[in-house]
Amino acid sequence: MTFFIEVVAGGLLAGVMYSLVALGFVLIYKASGVFNFAQGAMVFLAALTFVSLLEMNWNFWVALAVTLVVMVAVGVLTERIVLRPLVNQPPITLFMATIGLTFVLEGLSQLVWGSQPHGLELGIADVPMEWLSQKWNINISKFDLFAAAVAGVLVGTLAVFFQKTRIGRALRAVADDHQAALAVGISLQHIWAIVWAVAGFVALVAGMMWGVRNGVQYALTFTALKALPVLILGGFESVPGAIIGGLIIGASEKLAEVYLGPYVGGGIESWFAYVIALLFLLVRPQGLFGEKIIDRV
Amino acid sequence: MLYREAGQFKSTYAEDMQIFPIRQDRVAVAVLLAVAFVVVPLVATQYWFSALLIPFLIFSLATLGLNILTGYAGQISLGTAAFMGIGAFMAYNAELRLPWMPFLGSFAIGGLCAALVGIAFGLPSLRIKGFYLAVATLACQFLVLWTINRVPWITNHSASGVIAAQKMEMFGYAFDTPASKYLLTLTIVALMALAAKNLVRSETGRAFMAVRDMDVAAEVIGIPMMKTKLLAFAISSFYCGVAGALYAFCYLGTVEPEAFVLDISFRVLFMVIIGGVGSILGSFLGAGFITLLPIFLNLGSDFIAKTFDIEISHAVVSNLESITFGGLIIFFLIVEPNGLARLWQIAKEKLRLWPFPH
Amino acid sequence: MTVALHQHPRAFPVGDVILSVENVSLAFGGVKALTDVSFDVREHELRAIIGPNGAGKSSMLNVLNGVYHPQEGTIRLRGREFHDMNSHEAAGLGISRTFQNIALFKGMTVLDNILTGRNLKMRSNFLEQALWWGPARREEIVHRRAVEEIIDFLEIQHIRKTPVGRLPYGLQKRVELARALAAEPTILLLDEPMAGMNLEEKQDMCRFVLDVNDHYGTTIVLIEHDMGVVMDISDRVVVLDYGRKIGDGTPNEVRSNQTVIDAYLGVTH
Repeated sequence: MTFFIEVVAGGLLAGVMYSLVALGFVLIYKASGVFNFAQGAMVFLAALTFVSLLEMNWNFWVALAVTLVVMVAVGVLTERIVLRPLVNQPPITLFMATIGLTFVLEGLSQLVWGSQPHGLELGIADVPMEWLSQKWNINISKFDLFAAAVAGVLVGTLAVFFQKTRIGRALRAVADDHQAALAVGISLQHIWAIVWAVAGFVALVAGMMWGVRNGVQYALTFTALKALPVLILGGFESVPGAIIGGLIIGASEKLAEVYLGPYVGGGIESWFAYVIALLFLLVRPQGLFGEKIIDRV
Repeated sequence: MLYREAGQFKSTYAEDMQIFPIRQDRVAVAVLLAVAFVVVPLVATQYWFSALLIPFLIFSLATLGLNILTGYAGQISLGTAAFMGIGAFMAYNAELRLPWMPFLGSFAIGGLCAALVGIAFGLPSLRIKGFYLAVATLACQFLVLWTINRVPWITNHSASGVIAAQKMEMFGYAFDTPASKYLLTLTIVALMALAAKNLVRSETGRAFMAVRDMDVAAEVIGIPMMKTKLLAFAISSFYCGVAGALYAFCYLGTVEPEAFVLDISFRVLFMVIIGGVGSILGSFLGAGFITLLPIFLNLGSDFIAKTFDIEISHAVVSNLESITFGGLIIFFLIVEPNGLARLWQIAKEKLRLWPFPH
Repeated sequence: MTVALHQHPRAFPVGDVILSVENVSLAFGGVKALTDVSFDVREHELRAIIGPNGAGKSSMLNVLNGVYHPQEGTIRLRGREFHDMNSHEAAGLGISRTFQNIALFKGMTVLDNILTGRNLKMRSNFLEQALWWGPARREEIVHRRAVEEIIDFLEIQHIRKTPVGRLPYGLQKRVELARALAAEPTILLLDEPMAGMNLEEKQDMCRFVLDVNDHYGTTIVLIEHDMGVVMDISDRVVVLDYGRKIGDGTPNEVRSNQTVIDAYLGVTH
């Protein structure tokens, strides 16, 4: 029984990590309707930049600040160079542009920082929490809990940001109706730059978390790809959806690997999340929290 | 001046519906085919065949397949490599277990198996569209690769997972030189391209494009949604399957799962976008462009390395490749979303007027 | 346009009831689009459906060709009852339509768009088409000939190879009509065919609609806002308001119906 709890807990916490990546997607989609396939590459870029600066012996906080600046710059440049020229194109064109962007960012990251894997230490050890393991014989990593806490803080901050601040309100307005937002004087370009910057920040946090867990290496981009099933489950426009979707995907993936895996030779994790997403799409295409898509002639 | 259509009248519908209605085009294509079939085998070197021409042809075929699905029928797919893989592995198995089957038949079996899987994974397209469908095809990509790796029957219980492709022999003649492989690939690709061209200008092609442009309206005028979408998946997967079989047998020489990873799916998608969505010619142009680009980058970096006496590592060139691919995609989507095929069309329009300005 | 039309003997005199709508009610969630609507359509006639905005006219048309399924009531086509006809079936039964916001395939030429209208008549399978072999080739030519006749009929020869997306609005509407005609329908549903047109374009479109009725004998049900057009060309008129039928008869009868006048003038009722 404790093993089961461990597996579920481990899965849930892995799911939190997926959620962090998915969060970036949701932000951009909510504000600009663009499905940013390059979010995974942004996570990779952020993690790689941060860890490389650390390895060059920069101060932790300075490195963090500089990486943040880099991510914001990437976001603003993307908006200006890639998205603005494509403003009236169908969504599928924008999607393919972000696929192109993925390749550019991945190539650029490795060109500048090299392609060897890096380990990342954030001061929280990846060891089981003694209190839990001694009292109830359950092994849950301290780091996982830390990541969950970070995610919680992040989501909470974002929620407050969206609901209470003026810019947050403007963001929600833009997400709802571009034309109406323009009509009340909200500068779309401004808002989009801010959104991409925030998404860049979220990517940085996600990158740091993943970097500790799996090391900062190219394979990170594949993990980031798993955020797509999370989005399908949670709905593309919902922050709570990203969290819950991530939790579900994380938990079910782990459970499937541990309990079904041995019967079919293992390695289920490579496709399980996607198949779940596929089944979900057939039953409820808009996800748990998304808005229903209506086709009109 | 050379490209005028003046005097070329069509008096029957059949003439109007030809693939190449303009005489100059027909001449050009005839010359091109003559060069491809006769001249090239005589003058090209081994390197040209193995590194350029054969992969170009193979990827043109895969791009044709994806173009039929994504360009003409509007169903986006990121599972191209998986279908190629199915084609390769099933062709291998057909060769292995059906010794009486000629290898062309094995290729066809590979294609048919890919088509069947294509239909299965095309079923979601009846309910979902756009990038949702793209994610669903990712499921196909990962699931198929996992299956190939895990089911021993597929790899004939090979321990390493890397199998040597069998020899291709027909009526005692062995296709084992680069030149012969090139001619084999060229013939197969040319015939399948012709079939594709016929298909897209006929009712099936129109049904595909109707589904792409406005599927609700298409249904109202009587076009069957399910049959059309599944047919698109089937035909597209068949083409990708045959391309995969050629990839294994004529290019790599081995049949391995690593050759059919997600990166290949993206690469073929790039060929479709850069070459021209919804264009047969575009498939060839895109495949050619993307196949040649790494070669040029390599030559360029070698040149720079020699001129400035610096070291340029392989990793650098590989990353430059990624950046260039991505950058080109964005560039084409912004500047000319209809790709190289449209640029070619514009050039031809200008050629019709040349040397007059308008 | 007050000249009385149809003064010469009609090639296809109005016949028996071919389509009847019986007690149809349609609701979307809480919104009642249609409530207990009944009327019939006779063969070869020109039936107009009119009413103020939001009356449910487009919904009625959508029910007629199977895009919406009514919660109550039936459609009776040539005596057969339908509760849940889908649009594919409707097309197969000889019902064709045009749309209010043009539903043409923007990526294809005019010729190809009209040819898609022939899809139900095409028999060759994809293999024959891929090989461009006998039956596929012959069939393509036969259908091309049929489509060219329609192109001549609607006077759009000069744009047959133009991609539809590049055409002006009025011509796009004509191409959509051509596509609907290509299926050789027995019943043609036209959703505001004259919307957004100037006087000349309207006259042309009226002429074409009447010609279709005259030449092919097609039964036509059309939604239209222009009262002049409706009164001049239709045989009978149905008036809807807030999803209910408030008038049904010849144009003259409907014109003098007080309830109809009130509805249009916005008198509360």
